Amino acid sequence: MSKKPRQFHLPTFGLMITSLLFSASFSAESLNAESELLPSGRELAHSYDHGNCLACHSAPTDKNAITRANIAPPFVDMKRRFPSKDELFKQIWDARATYPETIMPPFGAHSILSEPEIRRIIDYLYTL
Amino acid sequence: MFASINMQALSSPEEDRMIFLSTFAANIPGIPVPQYTHGSMMLSEDALNQYNSIMDFPPFQGVIDKGQKIWETPFKNGSTFADCFDNGGVDIAGKFPLYNEELKQVITFEMALNTCLEQNGEMPMALIDPETMGALSAYARGLSDGMLMEIQVASEAALEKYALGKSFYFRRIGQYNLACASCHLTNGGRYFRDELLSPTIGQAVHFPVFRGGERLYTLQMRYQRCMEAVGAVPFESGSEALNNLEYFHSYLNNGLPLKSAVYRR
Ligand code: HEC
Ligand code: HEC
Repeated sequence: MSKKPRQFHLPTFGLMITSLLFSASFSAESLNAESELLPSGRELAHSYDHGNCLACHSAPTDKNAITRANIAPPFVDMKRRFPSKDELFKQIWDARATYPETIMPPFGAHSILSEPEIRRIIDYLYTL
Repeated sequence: MFASINMQALSSPEEDRMIFLSTFAANIPGIPVPQYTHGSMMLSEDALNQYNSIMDFPPFQGVIDKGQKIWETPFKNGSTFADCFDNGGVDIAGKFPLYNEELKQVITFEMALNTCLEQNGEMPMALIDPETMGALSAYARGLSDGMLMEIQVASEAALEKYALGKSFYFRRIGQYNLACASCHLTNGGRYFRDELLSPTIGQAVHFPVFRGGERLYTLQMRYQRCMEAVGAVPFESGSEALNNLEYFHSYLNNGLPLKSAVYRR
């Protein structure tokens, strides 16, 4: 009688899909033009609906990172603390790999963010 | 930084309530338990002051008046809602949800209101309709203001429903893979972006709420909102899953005074 949630929303992210279509059928030049339209790593990390890292983490050295979040460790000194981008990637793709009980959402494994989006977020984290 | 929570599947309801209480006492120390009724506002003097001034002249009074009219208007057969409940409906909401041994299911207060309608030959109301059931619930629950929540789990069968509600509370759901407990137990009292997360204890005693002073949410509508927020398709109001969840959730609120309806941001 304990019903499982019937289904999960797996929203298709319009922007991501268009960008894939474009990259398949357009020249390198128009591809560049298109990628400038993609949200930056910073925009993703700050956004409320597609990334939303600031729901749980703060970024005290980024004045535009508006949040009071204190659920997770603040993003500070990231490059020094995470010299390996692969380690960061793993944490964001699926934090359960290192800590099964984590409440950090499995951004990659649950298709919340694409691989290139996570890479752009890592570039942003390295500026903090 | 993170309290580790050891919830044994077999702990009794009273043990569960103690585990929740001690988790909050450790994470947000120094707050007297009765203050928990104010949810996250108990941690912000500004928010509490704003709440108090809004509650002096609630912008949603009209909806409660409408609920009073529904409550007092006799059915076609001459009976009223008050006739359906012990004590004329006063000081009873704190016993709901209850487990009905004959029907073998959890009955919420709103379901009991609908049963009253049906027993008197009237049409039941949609549980998520703010104009009818919402308004009625806001008024009728208010008749129990000040009563202490006293949910009973008095049989093996009732305990089974409680346990189902509990496992829902701890189950990760949705694309974001979060459980109710992830936000309201482990992180109650911390900020989720710019929202202070209310602890589980205190949440169930003051519904319906009027968010922004005007949008009415029953407790189960609020559950649905949180499920959507984590990318899960919510169960329906009145579904067995949400009724069991409300049963577990309300039990944890035992001992706190009821207050309906209230303003929420
Ligand atoms: C719902 C809460 C939540 C969200 C949203 C969230 N995280 Fe986390 N994150 C955590 C928690 C809690 C930890 C602490 C370690 C753990 O539990 O895995 C953490 C740890 C981390 C760490 C390791 C930090 C350290 O100092 O050890 C990184 C890096 C990180 N998160 C990146 C991100 C990025 C990037 C995003 C957004 C794409 C994000 N997080 C969104 C909760 C969250
Ligand atoms: C991603 C975090 C998150 C999860 C997971 C979550 N909630 Fe919430 N919930 C919130 C936020 C934010 C609020 C608004 C601030 C507050 O009052 O806590 C809220 C509010 C509530 C309220 C209203 C409290 C009040 O006093 O007005 C209830 C009740 C509630 N949640 C129950 C639940 C239940 C039950 C679940 C699981 C089905 C759940 N929540 C899952 C974030 C969450």
